[in-house]
Amino acid sequence: MHAETVIDAQGIGKEYGKGTERFAALRDVTLRISKGECVAIVGKSGSGKSTLMHLLALLDTPDTGTLAIDGVDARSLSRARLSELRNRTFGFVFQQFFLAPGTSVLDNVTLPLEIAGVPPRRRRERALAVLEGLDLAEKASSNANDLSGGQKQRVVIARALVGDPTVIFADEPTGNLDTATGGIVEDTLFALNRDRGITLIIVTHDEELASRCSRQIFLRDGAIVSDSGAPAVAA
Amino acid sequence: MRPQDLLAKAAHNTFRSKLRTTLTVLALFVGAFTLTLTTAVGAGVTDYVTTQVASLGADDVFIVTRTAATTTDGPTPYDPDTSSASDGTTAPGLPGTGSSDPLTEADLDELADFDGIVSVDPIQVAAVDYVEYEGGSRYELTINPTSSVTKSSLVAGKQLGDGSSARQLILPSDYVDALGFDDAESAIGSTVQLGITDVLGKQHTVDAEVVGVAQESLLSSGAGGNTTLVAELADVQAAGVDTGPARYAIAVAHFDTTLTAAQVDDLKGEITAAGFGAQTIQDQLGVIKTVIDGIIGVLNAFAIVALLAAAFGIVNTLLMSVQERTREIGLMKAMGMRSGAVFTLFSLEAIVIGLLGSAIGAGAAILLGTALSGALSAGPLAALPGLHILLFEPGSILGIMLLITAIAFLAGTLPARRAARKDPIESLRYE
Repeated sequence: MHAETVIDAQGIGKEYGKGTERFAALRDVTLRISKGECVAIVGKSGSGKSTLMHLLALLDTPDTGTLAIDGVDARSLSRARLSELRNRTFGFVFQQFFLAPGTSVLDNVTLPLEIAGVPPRRRRERALAVLEGLDLAEKASSNANDLSGGQKQRVVIARALVGDPTVIFADEPTGNLDTATGGIVEDTLFALNRDRGITLIIVTHDEELASRCSRQIFLRDGAIVSDSGAPAVAA
Repeated sequence: MRPQDLLAKAAHNTFRSKLRTTLTVLALFVGAFTLTLTTAVGAGVTDYVTTQVASLGADDVFIVTRTAATTTDGPTPYDPDTSSASDGTTAPGLPGTGSSDPLTEADLDELADFDGIVSVDPIQVAAVDYVEYEGGSRYELTINPTSSVTKSSLVAGKQLGDGSSARQLILPSDYVDALGFDDAESAIGSTVQLGITDVLGKQHTVDAEVVGVAQESLLSSGAGGNTTLVAELADVQAAGVDTGPARYAIAVAHFDTTLTAAQVDDLKGEITAAGFGAQTIQDQLGVIKTVIDGIIGVLNAFAIVALLAAAFGIVNTLLMSVQERTREIGLMKAMGMRSGAVFTLFSLEAIVIGLLGSAIGAGAAILLGTALSGALSAGPLAALPGLHILLFEPGSILGIMLLITAIAFLAGTLPARRAARKDPIESLRYE
């Protein structure tokens, strides 16, 4: 029995540049990601893995192919609906953290809720609960700048988690961390997938990290070379 | 995003880069400060002049004088019927009346014949030697010749009753203490003695009742006497000697109050053509006002230039801010913030800067201006009571703040548009 499909990409492609400079960053990629999956998109720099993530996360639109989120064709959605969908459904964890400097941990974590228009009290309650779950409650009022790398990345995970997303996109989540703290961050992410059933899509060039995921999709030159969890053999 | 969250975020962001914000606010401060002060000077002077005119209660009169005939062919031949002797002194009273030939009865009749002129009253001049109260010290006193037709700005008591048969006097406020009254109120109703020397050199006293105490002002200096008092004084002065045909330095011509401004101008032209000088009170003040308006206009222009420079400062500040926060903008957009909200956020930051600059600038101007105005009123401008050189009107201050905030907003739209148009992916990649 198959779980419900969250992301369904059919032959999506993306080209960059103009004229003779033009090149295909992604060519005819078809993949389907089910709810609760833990997927690693693996590839070297320039393989198109980031482009694929941007397309799947609706940050960019494919030039060819179709992309459906929860069975809805992304092309049929207005920009406003796309923004709303990203806000409600997706959480983002980036390699460079992107925490607002000079702003408290709490304010950073509540940002997605603020964008969604949630009232301050609810934002605060929700953010504190999420921080509590990540053992960061006592850092809530600290300046985000003053945290260690590992703490920062866990704040970023808290921010991704606060809106109660169904999918978390993690772009090289441990790229800026040493092995020990990277390990903790990985554990945190996998725990979310395991315990809460949040779909995890990790973009990485680190095969060790990728091996901890239940499914690996290898990309080279903008095309899938192998997919351990292709629909036919899905676990 | 909820509007209040956007506003809070904008305010917070404004203070994230304190030095930069402070410098930008400072530029606006200069503009707001200057505009507030110049507007206050304009309002202060205009208000003073307006109250002066209003307090005179003489908006339906021409002050008429005889303009000296401009002769191109030597001295004017003497004709006992028409010629009038010129005393060559400056007529006291209203500014602009200047020295002139006296007016004769024939002139007054001629004036009264003009269409639109309701009545013509000569202003009699009485040269009082002194004033004293119950045998106290004697002080020199000047009776303002136009006081019988105009109103005084009273500190106590009431205006002169022109029809009254009693001899009424309005004292300048600085005589109250000198004559030995406790205060202005206690002077009302008392009788003072005016000393006057007749043409034969004999001194007389005339009793007059104090009906009011007036503030000294730009337009009415000296004491005021009603027609009965002035006529009595003139009689005493003449000592029954016929001094020849009556001659008056100035006359007051009341015109029909239903006349339009243009008709008043026409009438003035006719009177002038007949060889008289006719000026309304507004005419006399208009010159002063035009000069002041001109000066204020120039100062305002400087303030606007300062504001324009400040506007570019805002554009620069916010462009830098947008550049610096590229990744933050990308992140917010990735998290579902819409372009409109991003635009609003940055526009609000500009507005916050504008409000800060204008509020601080206007506030500083009010503080400094009030102190300065007080010092000036007590010092160099003490001779003009009632003049507050700086008058801060809530309406115009609000207007200035709105103007500056609007300029700040306009300046902010360019950077805000740039922020709103940022592509989330490009922004997230930005190093």
